[in-house]
This record gives sequence, structure tokens and C-alpha cells, in this order.
Amino acid sequence: MLREHLPVLVIIIPLIAAPLCILFRGRDQAFGIALLATWGSFACSAVIAAKVMASGTLSYELGGWPPPIGIELRIDALNALILLIVSGIGSVVAPYARNSLLLEYVEDRSYMFYCAFLLCLCGLMGVAVTGDAFNLFVFLEISSLSSYVLIALGFDRRALTASYQYLIMGTIGATFIVISIGLLYQATGTLNMADIAQRLPEHGYDRTVIAAFAFLVIGVALKMALFPLHQWLPNAYSYAPSTVSAFLAATATKVSVYILLRFLFTVFGVQFSFDILPTAVPLTILAILAMFIPSIVACFEHNVKKVLAYSSVAQIGYMVLGIGFVTMTGLTAGILHLFNHALMKGALFLVLGAVFYRIGSCNIDRMAGLARTMPWTMAAFVGGGLSLIGIPMTAGFISKWYLIQAAIEKGWWHIAVLIVASSLIAVIYIWRVIESAYFREPPEDLQNVKEAPLSLLIPAWILVFGNVYFGIETSLPVSMAELAARSLLGAN
Amino acid sequence: MHHQIYIGLAIILPLLGTVMIWMSGSRPNQREVVTVITSGLTFLCVLQLLPEVLAGHQPELHVTELLPGLEISFKVEPLGMLFALIASFLWIITSFYAIGYMRGHHEPNQTRFYMCFAIAISSALAIAFSGNMFTLFIAYEVLTLSTYPLVTHSQTDEARRAGRVYLGILMSTSIGLLMVGIIWTWAAAGTLDFTPGGILKGKIDDGLVIVLLFLYMYGIGKAALMPIHRWLPAAMVAPTPVSALLHAVAVVKAGVFTVLKVIIYIFGADFLTETGASIWLMYVAGATVLLASLVALTKDNLKARLAYSTVSQLAYIVLAGALATSHSLVGGAMHIAMHAFGKITLFFCAGAIMVASHKTEISQMRGLGWRMPFTFAAFLIGALSVIGLPPLGGSWSKWYIALGAADADQLVFIAVLMISSLLNIAYLIPVFARGFFGPREEEEAQMAGSHEDHGDHGDHGDHAGDHDTATHDAHDASDAGKRIAEAPMLCVVPLWITALGCVALFVYSDWLYAMLSPIVK
Repeated sequence: MLREHLPVLVIIIPLIAAPLCILFRGRDQAFGIALLATWGSFACSAVIAAKVMASGTLSYELGGWPPPIGIELRIDALNALILLIVSGIGSVVAPYARNSLLLEYVEDRSYMFYCAFLLCLCGLMGVAVTGDAFNLFVFLEISSLSSYVLIALGFDRRALTASYQYLIMGTIGATFIVISIGLLYQATGTLNMADIAQRLPEHGYDRTVIAAFAFLVIGVALKMALFPLHQWLPNAYSYAPSTVSAFLAATATKVSVYILLRFLFTVFGVQFSFDILPTAVPLTILAILAMFIPSIVACFEHNVKKVLAYSSVAQIGYMVLGIGFVTMTGLTAGILHLFNHALMKGALFLVLGAVFYRIGSCNIDRMAGLARTMPWTMAAFVGGGLSLIGIPMTAGFISKWYLIQAAIEKGWWHIAVLIVASSLIAVIYIWRVIESAYFREPPEDLQNVKEAPLSLLIPAWILVFGNVYFGIETSLPVSMAELAARSLLGAN
Repeated sequence: MHHQIYIGLAIILPLLGTVMIWMSGSRPNQREVVTVITSGLTFLCVLQLLPEVLAGHQPELHVTELLPGLEISFKVEPLGMLFALIASFLWIITSFYAIGYMRGHHEPNQTRFYMCFAIAISSALAIAFSGNMFTLFIAYEVLTLSTYPLVTHSQTDEARRAGRVYLGILMSTSIGLLMVGIIWTWAAAGTLDFTPGGILKGKIDDGLVIVLLFLYMYGIGKAALMPIHRWLPAAMVAPTPVSALLHAVAVVKAGVFTVLKVIIYIFGADFLTETGASIWLMYVAGATVLLASLVALTKDNLKARLAYSTVSQLAYIVLAGALATSHSLVGGAMHIAMHAFGKITLFFCAGAIMVASHKTEISQMRGLGWRMPFTFAAFLIGALSVIGLPPLGGSWSKWYIALGAADADQLVFIAVLMISSLLNIAYLIPVFARGFFGPREEEEAQMAGSHEDHGDHGDHGDHAGDHDTATHDAHDASDAGKRIAEAPMLCVVPLWITALGCVALFVYSDWLYAMLSPIVK
């Protein structure tokens, strides 16, 4: 009985838990509620993923209304994977938040944080389950609005401007998306994504549809910080509290990539997106620029959080590059990287949270010699960093492997070389941090720093372990990514 | 069935040893015992596989499948057997030597040193036994990463800079070129298994073979082909046991071993000769042989000179691979063993000299032979083997490589080999000669004063605390020029074992030849 309502449960649980946090207020109560809600939706996501892998796409009619009129929740392998990423990272981050500095900073209003966090989770999960275009927009805005709040919680006053910048850019993006959905509605008379996909070819690809397409791609590109529309991201991620950076870096941009995939491949269809319109070329070019320019910038940054933020922009480039190949392997690579990048960036930001907890800074010079005083924390950083570089036996390697293979299959040698070259830049910016932590003398006031508390170390290490586990036992992400890629390409 | 267990054990035992070394970090004696026992057991495991390989079998072990068709698996074939035998046997010797050296030299962070050492050996054995290119690549990267803390052991600025060069070159070549080559091979051939006769024939455009070979040869940075050899001299800032076992045997041999594996089992020797894709490689390797020898001549620092000598000797093996005839391939494989024993002896001697007299520069070693006769005698044996003179092992491998060059009608490389031997004499023998034929006795007294200053300035590699000892030594020298002041027994005995190994390899080379000959059938 409950099992058939699973698709809606994953969003209902955090949605109901969010106001409950405010009702109960107490720090522990709010924490308990948030923990139950995130773990609950993770459990639901896991069951859903198992069901989808076993028996194919799930469809759920909200309120019992059949699709063209009511809202349909529709979950295929891609959606299930996104659900797993979002709720999985949420489940690791929720207990982490309890002991991070964040809660001391907001003092007795920690329930507000949990409320915003749960709403953000709900929004992201909602985007991933819904089969309705307008509903998708609504959920995206729920997640965006709550993430503006979360970012503004940063300890630095610059967090406020960063959040404001994100608000402006994010709202422009959201407006573009809603304009696109409006145009599509005008053209096809439906908001159900599967329906739109069916009716578009009958309607013909007139200017309305082309305009809708352009608005959508630009809007989503803004939301996912595709170079050169990434300006909001480095500040937002570096001034936000580490807990929030970890959560958003691992999930928010991924969900935007999902939206791009869903619209390009399912709603507009491969033929329109890539054959009629030359989308692949600009996407590929932007992806390559994204792989290089932000990576190079990252090599010169002193704030390690900013290094990772720029690196995130670069990693979006890899995902978009995979999409731009428009082949089975390319899409698999892009989707795999979506999953793997969530693991590595989540781990790295959580590590930085532990660093900040002890030394109150993420400056590369302040982190000098930190490996002596905080060996476990820095070892976790090395683990996450190796995965980011793409060393074998880590998750990062698997996505690079598929990406390069996709380039070679298409015969794009220069691109294979570029992928490799850009991952060598990652060696530089990660190694700067490692060298500083392992080889330099600690600053005088930081000689007696204690190791981070276990409550921060364990979540970080869980994600580091995830990086290694999914670098060796790849069947889960690979099979889901392949299934997702097949269904995206097979839709037409 | 039980052979699979030995393959697994050989790789896992050093890792278990790592954990136990870590746990006994505060008890040095226990830690050293663990190291020695682990190395002994590991060697025994490797030895258990030998009869099987000699009987012509190739035991396999499949661990896990990472991606469909892409698995971590091990397969013991003669070439890998040889490399594993060398690495694990010399690990035992080096363990004893390292104990003497590290204690004699009062090195800090010894626990980390022994741990990383064990991991490095484990990955070297995994390289030796790997059943496909993918497994090899993983172990190759682990080897790079696990040796990085060893190279930067002293944690000085110099070590950090050297570490950057080390990691920078090895990582960028392996990820930037080797990985691309592997993925290309995978895309073209659909498999990465090491298969006799190669897997690429007919799967790849003949013209592209050159490009792919380039990716492999320059991707395997550990083979130190010029101009990507810079990491090897840089790595010499490491403690001498590291230079000896890792940068004369395990790491660099892992490089040339991979080169041979790729040529024999990925490209296939016949395929390479048919397409002529490896001709450029012969010239690059030949040039490396000569240039590195010339550079070695200019180095006054003993370890730097040995490092360039290694670069040159590694290029012999690459040259042997590029010639791709059955004689040269067997010769190249033999040279892995011959050079390993010769060069580790030389490095052990360099370390013993450093421990006993704190001298690192060849110009300071005048007359030192009279005080360290055992060390210098062993140095001569090692040097002669590297030069390739009978009755030492190095002569056989050079002989077969030259024979291979004749088979392939590339006579110019016979000349290269001969010139190189002369150059080897020119840069190795003076070290020995200076030890014995330098001024002594009557000149010793007046030498002592200037010697002392000189010695102190030259000792930049050592820590400040050594100044007392250096002065003390110099006084010793002036008191009794001929008094024997050898390094600790734990340093001298190992270097004699390896020196005798050079002789043994000359005598038992037919056995080696018989074991290796299946690789070219």
C-alpha cells in the first residue's frame, strides 16, 4: 500500500518535516526531525531505484488525476539516480550540520537552518521526480529560494552579497525557464513533459519552439553555472557555510544538469536538439572552455573553498561535454560524472568544513602544516583530491575513462587530449593544497590545533570511502547511467 | 588453485606488513623485525610460483570486474616472474641495508619510510603479475604515489622541489599519455589482456601504430626515456635505500618491464617489425643511452652519476624492445635482472660511503678505498657488471641485445652499445680508482686540513649534526690513513650479497635464458 506511494513520499517527507522543525524549535528536536526526514527519503529513494532497475519506469498520478490534467510523477533510471544522489548527500550532510560551526553561528535559530535545508532537499527531489514541466519549475524555485537563504547564512558578510548575486542570476535563469515552459504550453497545449515530447513533432518546429528551446538552454545554463554564466557560483560556494557548500555543490548543479538532459533529450528530442539545431557544437566549445579557464583560475586562488568552487565549474564542463557527444558512451560518461562528482566534491567540502571548524579559515597559507595537527582530516582531503584528479580505483577515474572513451569512439582525438590536459590542471590545484598541508611549517598560532571532532570526520570519510567504493565496485552507477543514457537516446 | 593463493599473498603480504609496521611504530626493533619477516615471506610466496612457471604454466587470479570486460586480474608469465623474483628478493636485502642505513644516518620518520616502502613493493609485485594493461596501470599509479613520500622523505625545500618534478612528470605522462593509449587500445581491440602475439594486429590502422607506440613509450615515464628522464635524478634526494631498491630496481624496472610487456603482449613483436613503427624508438633509445652516459660523466655527486647511468641502462632495455627480435627481447628481459643487481650494488656502496664518511661527491673520495676496501671492491664488481664485462651478469644481456641488433640489421646500435660501454668505463671506474689511487699516507696529513673544510661544504645533503662526525673522521684520517672504517655490517653484508649476485647471474645465465625464452615464442 505504502510502496506504491513511494514516488510522492520522497518529496512529501521533507516537505512536511520542514514546518515541523519550526513547530518544535528545539535544537535537538529540529535535528531529529531533519535526520529522520533525510534518511527516510533516502530509504524511499533506494527502494525506488531498486524498483526502477528491476521493472522500468515508475509513473504516479498525483491525487489520482490522470496525466494530461493532473500532475504525473515519472521516474526512470536517470531520475532514480538523481534521487539517490540528492537524498544520499542530504543524509550525510544532515548529521554533519549538527556539530559544524554553522549551528553555533545561528544559535537558537537552528530550526530555521533545518527548515531551509529540508525545503531545499524537497525542491531538488521534486525536480527529480516530476513529469510535469511547470511543476518542475516550481520545485526548482523552492530549492533555489531556500538555497539563497542557506548561502546567506555564511559567517562572512560577503555571503550576503554572494547570495544576492546568486539570487539575481538564479531568478533570471528561472524566468527564462518559465518563459520557455510558457511557450511550449502555447505551442502544444500541455505541460506534461511526455505529452509535450509527443506533440512537438506534430506541431512542427516553428519559431515559438525554437525560442522556447533557446530560453530553456540559457536559463538552465545559468542555473547550472555553465561557463561563462558561472559568475555567481564561486562566491556563493566559498562564502556559504561549508555544510551548505557541500550540499549544494554535490546536488544543486547536478539537478540543473538533469533538467538540461531531460529537456534536450526527452522533451525537445534528440532530432530537434541536435540535428535540426546545432546545439552540440556550442555546448562542446563551452564545455571545453569550462574545463580549462576556471581550472586555471583555481590554480591561483588562495581560498581553498574558492579553488573547489572553480573546480566545480570545470567539472560541469565535463558533464556537458559528455552530453555534447550525443552518443551512448558520452551520455553515460556525463551521467556517471554527475554521480561521481557529487561524491568527490561533497567529500572535499565536508573536509574543508572540518578545517574551518578548527582553524577558522580555509586559506591555503593558514592550512600550512595542517597534516601534522589534523592528519585524518587532511588524509580525507587527499582521498577526495585523488578522486577529483581521476586516479585509478577512485570514482573520478571511472568517469574520466568513459569520457575519454566517448571522445575516442567519435574519433575526436583533440578532445581526448584536452580532457586529459585539463585533468592535469586538477593535479596542480589539488597538489598546492596537499603540499601546503604536508610540507610547510604551521603558522605560529596554529601549532596546537586539535584533530576535528568525529562527528565531522565520519561524514567526510563516508564520502571518501564512497569515492573508493564506487571506483572499484562500479556496477550500480554504471548500470544506472547506461540505462538512463539508453532511455534518453531511445526516446526518439 | 593453491597458486592463486600465492599470487594474492605476494601482493597482500606487504600490505599487511604495512599495517603491522604502522602499529609497531613506537617500537623500532619490532618494526624492523616485521619488515624483515614480511619481505622474507613475500619472497617465499613468489618463489612458490616459480616451478609452475618453469613448467610452462601461467597461473591466473581474477579479482574483480571494474567495468564490463575490464577486470583486475593477475597472470604470472616468465617476464613478470623474473621481475617479481628480483623485486622481492632484493627487498629482503634492502630491508637489512635500510635498517643499517636509516639508523646509522639517524633519519626521522622511519615508520612512514618502512610503510611506504612496503606499499611500493606490493604495487611492484602487482605490476609484475598483472594480467592486463588496466591492472598494470592501477598498480603503476599506486607505485608513483607510494614512492612520493619516500622521495620527499627529508621534507626540506629541496626534497619538496624534487617531489614536484617526480610527481609532475610521472603523473602527467601516465595520465596524459599512457591512459589515453590504454583507452585507445581498449576502444580498438576491445580487450586489454596481455596476449602472446599482441592484441592490436588488424585492429588498428598501420599508420597510427606509431602514434599509439609514442603514447605508450612516453606515457611510461618510469622508463625514463629522454627527455622525460628528469624525475629520476630528482628522486635521488631520497634516502639511499630508496634510491637503491626503488630508483634502481622496482620503480624504473617497473617502467621498462611495462615497456617490454606492451611491446610483446599488446603490440606483438612481429606486428611492430612489420609496420616499422618502432624505428624512431630505436633512435630515441640509442640517443638516450649515449646522452645519459655523457651527462653522467659531468656529475660529481655519486648518486647523481649513478642516476644518469640508470637512465642510460634503462634505454638499453627500451632499445631491446624497439628492436623486437627474439634475441633482443630476451636480452632486454635479462638486462632487467643484470642491471638490477649491478646498480643496487653501486647504490648500496654510495650509501655505505655516505654513512661511514658522510661523503657524497666523487671528488671527496680520494683515498677512501683504503678505509673502506670491502665497499670499494664491491663497487668495482657492480661497475664491471654494469659495463658488461665477463665474468659478470651484465655481459650476457648486452651480448643478446647486440645480437638482436644484428638480427634486425640495425648495426649502428651495436656501435651504440660498444660506445656506451666505453662511456660506462669512463664514468664508473674513476670512482673506484679515486678511492685507491688518490693521495694517501704522506699527503694525507696536509690533505686533512683542506679536506675538512671541503668536506663540510660538500655535505649539503646531510643535516647539521654531522659536522662533528665529519671533523672527527678527518682527524681519524690524518691519524691513520689506512685504518679501516667501514659502514655498519648491516650495510656492508647486503652489498656483498648483491655483488656476488652479479657473479652468480653470469654463471647461471642459461637458466635465466631458458626461463625467459617462452616470451618470444
